[in-house]
Amino acid sequence: MKVSVRFFAFYRERAGTSQTEVDLPDGATPKELLIQLRSMYPSLPLSDSVLIAVNSEYVTQWATLHDGDEVAFIPPVSGG
Amino acid sequence: MIHITTEPLNPQEVTDLVRKDSNGAVITFLGTTRDFSEGRNVLHLEYEAYQPMAENMLLQIAQEVRDQWGIEDIAIAHRVGKLEIGEISLVVAIASPHRKDAFEASQYAMDRIKTIVPIWKKEVFQGGEAWIGNHEEGSTTPAP
Repeated sequence: MKVSVRFFAFYRERAGTSQTEVDLPDGATPKELLIQLRSMYPSLPLSDSVLIAVNSEYVTQWATLHDGDEVAFIPPVSGG
Repeated sequence: MIHITTEPLNPQEVTDLVRKDSNGAVITFLGTTRDFSEGRNVLHLEYEAYQPMAENMLLQIAQEVRDQWGIEDIAIAHRVGKLEIGEISLVVAIASPHRKDAFEASQYAMDRIKTIVPIWKKEVFQGGEAWIGNHEEGSTTPAP
């Protein structure tokens, strides 16, 4: 399956892109995606406690991903 | 009302959205861009949002305020893009029959905005720039 990955702010700059597509085995978790992204983008400092959203909702790293999901890695927020 | 926009914010317009004859208290909070941060002279700021999710989270905060205080009259507007110093980045207007609830709900909404809403600000200062809220080493990069 394919998921689309979004990067914002600090992560976007470090990844050098705001969006990418990643192939994953069916039923993969955000944690597995995170491990794959670390090897794709060595300069992207994704910690184990990074906030993750799937289709605009916060999820845990053990959620189940589905084909076509939009997964966002959320750096520490600083709005206001 | 929830609004994320690159246009300048008008606090009066946002406030008017929550005014009602049944409300005796109206709190309008403005977040404004500061010229000095962590010992640096800030030249301007850049705000970035994950827009659909940020709107969802603002709606969720409005719902939480409804659930906890029974307050229906809440309006939040956040500006994104490039902001000069002294501009308004955020307007939160909350109205209720009495002031105590409005003050509490306003404080609560602000705390939640700073915790769960995917919006980020970058300070551009003389000699560099930095994403705020990020204390990892190397988060400060030279300006292009």
